[in-house]
Amino acid sequence: MTPLPLVAVAGSPNAGKSALFNALTGARQKVGNYPGVTVERHSGRLTLADGRPVELVDLPGAYSLDPASPDEAVTRDVLLGRQTGERKPDALIIVVDASNLDNHLRFALQLIELGHPTIIALNMIDLAKRDGLELDAKRLEQELGVPVIETIAVRRRGITELGQALDDMLSAPRCGLHERAPSELVRLQRRAREIATAAVVRETPVRRWTHRLDAVLLHPVFGPIILAAIMFVMFQAVFAWSEAPKSWIENGVAWLGAQASAGLPPGLPRSLIVDGAIAGVGAVITFLPQILILFFFILLLEGTGYMVRAAFLMDKLMHGAGLSGRAFIPLLSSFACAVPGIMATRTIDDPKDRLTTILVAPLMTCSARLPVYTLIIAAFIPNTRLFFAVGLQGVVMFGLYFCGITGALLAAYVLRRGVLKGGGGGFMMELPKYQWPSLKDVVLGLIQRVQIFLKRAGTIILGTTIILWALASIPQAGPGQKQSEISIAGHIANGIEAVVKPIGFNHDISLALLPAMAAREVAVSAIATVYSIDSGDDAARNRPLVENLRHRWPLPTALAFLAWFVFAPQCISTIAVTRRETNGWKWPLFMVGYLFVLAYCAAGLTYWTAVLLGL
Amino acid sequence: MNAPFVPIAATGLDQLLVGTKARVLSIAWDSLDEAEANRLRHFGFDEGVAVEPLHLGPFGRDPIAIRVGRMIVAIRRKHARAVQVVPLQQ
Repeated sequence: MTPLPLVAVAGSPNAGKSALFNALTGARQKVGNYPGVTVERHSGRLTLADGRPVELVDLPGAYSLDPASPDEAVTRDVLLGRQTGERKPDALIIVVDASNLDNHLRFALQLIELGHPTIIALNMIDLAKRDGLELDAKRLEQELGVPVIETIAVRRRGITELGQALDDMLSAPRCGLHERAPSELVRLQRRAREIATAAVVRETPVRRWTHRLDAVLLHPVFGPIILAAIMFVMFQAVFAWSEAPKSWIENGVAWLGAQASAGLPPGLPRSLIVDGAIAGVGAVITFLPQILILFFFILLLEGTGYMVRAAFLMDKLMHGAGLSGRAFIPLLSSFACAVPGIMATRTIDDPKDRLTTILVAPLMTCSARLPVYTLIIAAFIPNTRLFFAVGLQGVVMFGLYFCGITGALLAAYVLRRGVLKGGGGGFMMELPKYQWPSLKDVVLGLIQRVQIFLKRAGTIILGTTIILWALASIPQAGPGQKQSEISIAGHIANGIEAVVKPIGFNHDISLALLPAMAAREVAVSAIATVYSIDSGDDAARNRPLVENLRHRWPLPTALAFLAWFVFAPQCISTIAVTRRETNGWKWPLFMVGYLFVLAYCAAGLTYWTAVLLGL
Repeated sequence: MNAPFVPIAATGLDQLLVGTKARVLSIAWDSLDEAEANRLRHFGFDEGVAVEPLHLGPFGRDPIAIRVGRMIVAIRRKHARAVQVVPLQQ
């Protein structure tokens, strides 16, 4: 069977290329990866008027065929027919921003020289009109020598005409188009400016919307205040809106567990399904509402054009730690969950900047740490008031967040001067025009990202929870024996205990560290389980967890445990997503290694300082 | 009395006040590394192109948002220094 004709959609960044791709293919898209690199391959199908299907591939945005990032390298290699795992395109759709022809025609001219059958989509024609620009598409067609179709991708305008032109092009016998010798970039740029000037019929000077908005949003004083307000709303939403769906999911998981318990005979298989699969996967999908809301905001910030403004405002501060302004949103997102944060680093062009951001993202205090912090603080930190409404417990909580942020900035600083030295294209970004993204595009992006999360995190989580369950359940304890002692996990915990004893950790903690790898907050239930199942005397069993902790842990141990959780890479999902985003095991292993060392040192330092102070 | 003719001196793009339109006189490509130089070319920086600083970053007035032709780009102050411009007379 001959493969479908392949049509590549190419264009400069901010030309509205992905919106056009979405408009052409609808929801029938496949998201994969190009082999050997962490560049996503978006493909979809388009059925032409005569019923012939063609495959469309959305190439990463590029300014020219001289790549400045791995994404741009893929674009070049596909267009030149050099990309492994991709056939040479049969035709090209080049998307250009109608109000930025001076710049976008340079890449278009370079692509036309390649000699593929080509159509130009003169996109965002509405925004050009809004800016007082009137263009002559016919003139442009004459100058470029290829068909030019006016489109407004986000409003799905001009899409039928584009499909028709594509149909004509693929039906016509290939002739008259020959590859020309590539021209120099500067010459292409000057030619682009000439053509752009020739295509402008009329230009009425207007106060541009983008300029008016930027005067406020990039204002030296109001800009940062508005950014802080937007971030506040975002976090409020992530935590407040997710509460109800989170409890539904928790109830649903509990109900499912109860049903399975009732329907199955007691024994190992039931334990595997209830305690292993259902509980383990349940622990992870309870984070889904938060992740959905977070992705929704990220997509909205990206789609409107505000994301790069946020990067602009924060660049100077991030630069001090060796990061770029672009790391701001991914790191901020990591306060909710490092997984979407790490996935959001794809907007960082420079590979070393991006890798540094990925490696420090787990240090931002994610929401899974909160149950652990809350429990330990409630148990050990007295609820005394320091001054006004400021209590000691709140100060400790703030201190933990502060330690995470400081740790992340210091780690970035060290990494940028050590293993990730050099590189760093600095901070060079285009500030695109503001526009309101179509809801369809946002929803489509949301679905794709959630699928990636569930597929990656979900499969790895299911695997690891089953392994962890097996370790904790085999062999089964006989009468008078404690399950947590006799199991393989119990023996591993003994090994862990030998290592963590010097930093003040007791046997309970050693037992909780292993299951907490599935998700940090599992540490709480793991400790609770140890007390409820193992304790022989009813008094201990009936005491609340907080009371049990106070009885069994000295204060320095509790403080060391908190310090440990600030730094420790206690989360399989994060490791899995790091593997995916760095395309190998090298960096996730490095990350796990340095974070464990950091956690160990921090916990040890805390413990011994507390002991010496006589706490 | 007519004001004497004063030739306007070229200055670095980083020295230009916000809202001052100017034209690029020359770019010290050698002072930039290859990736940075390429990016500036991609943004359309070239001799004779119209530029105008629009906004400054809130901390240390860095980076700078600059209109280049029809697009707005943000670059750091140290990179803007490589671009020599001649302010246009208002």
